Amino acid sequence: MSSFKGIDYFDIESLLTEEEKMVRDSVREFVDEKVLPVIEQHYLDGTFPMDLIPQLGELGVFGLTLPQEYGCAGLNNVAYGLVMQELERGDSGVRSFASVQSGLVMYPIFAFGSEEQKQNWLPKLALGEKIGCFGLTEPDFGSNPGGMITTAKKVDGGYVINGAKMWITNGTLADVAVVWAKLEGKVKGFLVEKGMQGFSAPEMKGKHSLRASVTSELIFQDVFVPESNLLPGSDGLKSPLMCLNQARYGIAWGVIGAAMACYDSALNYAKSRVQFSRPIAGYQLTQQKLVQMANEITKAQLMNHRLAILKDQGKVKHTQISMAKRNNCEVSLDIARMSREIHGANGILAEYPIMRHAANLESVKTYEGTHEMHTLIIGEDITGIPAFE
Amino acid sequence: MKIAVCVSHVPDTATKINIGSDGKTIDPNGVTYIVNPYDEFAIEEALKTKEKLGGEVVVISVGNDANKETLRKALAMGADSAVLLKDENQRDSFGIAKALAEEIKLQNAELVFFGKQSVDYDNSITGQLTAELLNYNSVSVVVNLNIDGNKITAEREIEGGKEVVETSLPVVITAQKGLNEPRYASLKGIMAAKKKTIEEKEAVAANLFVEVVEMKKPAPKQAGKILGSDSSAVSELVKLLREEAKVI
Repeated sequence: MSSFKGIDYFDIESLLTEEEKMVRDSVREFVDEKVLPVIEQHYLDGTFPMDLIPQLGELGVFGLTLPQEYGCAGLNNVAYGLVMQELERGDSGVRSFASVQSGLVMYPIFAFGSEEQKQNWLPKLALGEKIGCFGLTEPDFGSNPGGMITTAKKVDGGYVINGAKMWITNGTLADVAVVWAKLEGKVKGFLVEKGMQGFSAPEMKGKHSLRASVTSELIFQDVFVPESNLLPGSDGLKSPLMCLNQARYGIAWGVIGAAMACYDSALNYAKSRVQFSRPIAGYQLTQQKLVQMANEITKAQLMNHRLAILKDQGKVKHTQISMAKRNNCEVSLDIARMSREIHGANGILAEYPIMRHAANLESVKTYEGTHEMHTLIIGEDITGIPAFE
Repeated sequence: MKIAVCVSHVPDTATKINIGSDGKTIDPNGVTYIVNPYDEFAIEEALKTKEKLGGEVVVISVGNDANKETLRKALAMGADSAVLLKDENQRDSFGIAKALAEEIKLQNAELVFFGKQSVDYDNSITGQLTAELLNYNSVSVVVNLNIDGNKITAEREIEGGKEVVETSLPVVITAQKGLNEPRYASLKGIMAAKKKTIEEKEAVAANLFVEVVEMKKPAPKQAGKILGSDSSAVSELVKLLREEAKVI
């Protein structure tokens, strides 16, 4: 049983089904026992905890909303969100791994792949026997993916891909990359496999954020991929954007896990750290911070739960996911900063999770659609006027 | 082979316990309940044995509807079926053993696992009592188990060392920490558990031998004393350790 009891100011627990609670508690326990004891060292060393991959596969977190016939659990979106929340309470890098594997690799193979591709890849990806990555962003095309210059050219028996991708989580580790390239001007998805001639994925070094996560470039020099590796159902830029909706949804929940870790640590610290005559939790300035943190976490939890219900009902709009991703990343980063302040100088030590989460959240605020782009997406939605072109 | 695991639903060890208004039971309000930690080793060993030797795992608990949560977790970990033997009243260890023994007989289970003790009442006796009622062999506080046909070799913890004993089926094994590393309930296992039913029946009646007369919380910790900050305090410290604390 986990010693972490979660934060539940609005009795959100009673909105959860028995199985949703079991899923959360199982992953929570796993994070306590397997992630938290090793993650600080991996973060300092700049390495991903590779031995967790098969264990996470066995636990069943990869592609957990996909059907059981492909080796997945077939759970709903509340469970998906809770899993992401617990994983990111461990570390954003671990959650990112699971987000990419689930939302950006398994989901597009499931949604746009042939039956043969699904049978071949999904069970192995679910178990973590194979690792995937997602290549959309390019060095010069981040917020404007439609401008991509990576191309695929039809040749006899398949396609030839040329171009480069950047900021690709798991790139160097991946056995299969879901790569988006323009085929006769239209964006299509391709499965590029490790070892294909002309394909390389060097790791990007020197990060001050997401250090316990592998980030890579993908380079394609006349890479031939057979016809059978085209995702036949992919159809224009909306296909990768559908994948991003899955991953952004996971982020909206995930970052609240990081925020909970920061809040929990701050609350415990404030109650035990005595200055002048009493614990610092007894001073108004500290209470103001703690209340602010608890309040923002509670608002985000309620938004996430509602978002999950809409997603399960098939009614969710991408603009709603944008709002949750935008809000929750920002408040989590604010919470991490307030938590660091409450911890005083201790807050910068690896003994506490604060700086790791704070530094991670800087990336999470920017990847999968920057804070600014999500603002403009919602801005266009409520005014009817696009402001980003 | 049918394998039975007997499990207990207990307050989380991190929970603050308050005594109920009757002064004889704990107040369940605000208490989180968990699978008795030693029972997790029992469940894991049953599942491992099934994976190795085949068979079927049934998990059994005595108590009220709240125990279903613990049974559900065992099903999610991989147990095949579950039985809840209902009794709203708290039983003593003998009463629990009696109900379990009846059910194990019905289930025709020859290999039975318990945790070595439940962390609520801590009597460490239910497994052995059940074995006695069934006329089964029993080995308690087991940290290593090997089953070869009918032959059971078990390593158990004893004061200051280990003891290896041999016995045969049918047998009751009570599990100690170290026997194995319990698996997590996997997400697929949790979904599969939804389709498994928990059979409910009344626990057979039993005469109780133990009555709880009163429950009390331990006396609150006394505040510490500071005798001084230099060597002049040593003689006073030694005197108090000897005369007041009586530890030297």
